[in-house]
Amino acid sequence: MEASSITKDTVKPTAKEAHLSVRNLNVHILKNHILKNIDIEIPDKSITCIIGPSGCGKSTLLKTFNRLLDKTENVTITGKVLVDNENLYEKDAEVTHIRKKMGLLSQRPCPLPMSIYDNIAFGCKIHGTRNKKKLDEIVEYQLRAVGLWKEVKDRLHVPANKLSIGQQQRLCLARGLAVEPAFILADEATSALDPISSKHIEELFVELKKDYAIVMVTHTLRQALRIADYVVFMYLGEVIEAGPAEQVFKNPRRELTKKYLEGAFS
Amino acid sequence: MRFIEEKIVKLFMIGATALVFVFVASILYTIIARGLPALNWDMITKLPSGGFYIGKEGGVLNAIVGSLYIVGASTVLGLLISIPVVFYINVYLPKDSKLAYIARLSFDILFGIPSIVYGAFAFTIMIYLGLRTSLGGGIIVITLLIIPIFIRSMDEVARQLPRELLDATYSLGATRLETMGVVVRQIAPGIVTATLLSIGRAIGDAAGVMFTAGFSDSIPTSFSQPAATLPLSVFFQLSSPSADVQDRAYASALILTIIVLILSVVGRFVTQKFSKNKI
Repeated sequence: MEASSITKDTVKPTAKEAHLSVRNLNVHILKNHILKNIDIEIPDKSITCIIGPSGCGKSTLLKTFNRLLDKTENVTITGKVLVDNENLYEKDAEVTHIRKKMGLLSQRPCPLPMSIYDNIAFGCKIHGTRNKKKLDEIVEYQLRAVGLWKEVKDRLHVPANKLSIGQQQRLCLARGLAVEPAFILADEATSALDPISSKHIEELFVELKKDYAIVMVTHTLRQALRIADYVVFMYLGEVIEAGPAEQVFKNPRRELTKKYLEGAFS
Repeated sequence: MRFIEEKIVKLFMIGATALVFVFVASILYTIIARGLPALNWDMITKLPSGGFYIGKEGGVLNAIVGSLYIVGASTVLGLLISIPVVFYINVYLPKDSKLAYIARLSFDILFGIPSIVYGAFAFTIMIYLGLRTSLGGGIIVITLLIIPIFIRSMDEVARQLPRELLDATYSLGATRLETMGVVVRQIAPGIVTATLLSIGRAIGDAAGVMFTAGFSDSIPTSFSQPAATLPLSVFFQLSSPSADVQDRAYASALILTIIVLILSVVGRFVTQKFSKNKI
């Protein structure tokens, strides 16, 4: 198709630098110390997997990256999350433009209650893209990017929740990408999907890490083994070990990491 | 034993459902049996003539139009006021907010206040301000009357709003205000249901409009003129000693019922359209 070649040049998001570092982050909910003195750096253009047993604070950590904890009751957050040297938890931090840098993919796909087309166009519209032609191009580009274009091009104006769960998850990814983020945050994004859709998402991540910093929380060690470049291992709210996947999986420095990898607990 | 229990409870349920049908059927029967013979084209196309509401001639067009004016305007006003309230208590306020709790409690109280109290309250204010009974007064009272219905029934749906949906919208960089587009779509079926309930209550209310909208033989041409309504028209005609005029009360009731029926059929159709888009 000729249209697609034009599309690619005009709407392909320019690759951005992504810097995310967490400094001495503590999260309390009521009296519970959920995250303890977290200090990590998220490397750009690679996949970072956060692993650890249930309830260790993986998802909470991910949520602090785009301030989705704000609405939780009785939460106190101290420390810094620096996104491109801007502290997310500065008093008057303008949250929306930082959130825009973070594409979120949740555990269960959550399409907006509108058509497939509008799901992707919604984000662009709120950020000021109103030109119909331009929106058409973005929608097509992003749907192609997640491999959904062929499946849905004839029914773009059908409600998004008519799609299968796997398709919905890819649509959510495309929706996130359409606002040109620098990061992709995935919170167990494949756990609700069937094996094929799940593989699809993994492949997309491997493809997308060329342009984005991807942080994913995962329950499945195998998944981390397959695609992680960096690994953060958490236990009871603390980061036990963080480093390149190769090193963490083959030569864990800490006894706890070794035990977890051996399956002594999960 | 448990088998018998099951049978008894089931019988009871069937009985209760049947009872409801009997109510509806007997009301409809009464209205149709007495109203249909009196119903003619003049009833819905002519203004009353031959004296005030006790007349046998002419029709109740004044009341039909008055009721539709009041219902239409107050539904629009009600929606404009209640959607922001529902949005505020569900999206802006935290889940355990005291303010939201108090707000919900007050709407429950308002919900239970009889319409005559609204009418009397508005009437006092109107006297204080030196206003006469008018279309505008009627619209305001009915708006007050249906706002709690609007808010409570939309709120029930809005409380089920998935947190993930809001999170997903925020993640796109939306402000809380910008999530409104998403929230309104998500609760659209609730909005339609709330509107239907409110219209039903608004069009059938006699006590609220009695002191505020008043009654008139003509169709109001401005907000400051008194307006007739169908329930009051029924009430006045029924109070007449003449059996002919009483029959016309049933005919007016029949017209009222048909309007409600048309509105709910249209409403249900719209809801289905919406839900097709949703599920």
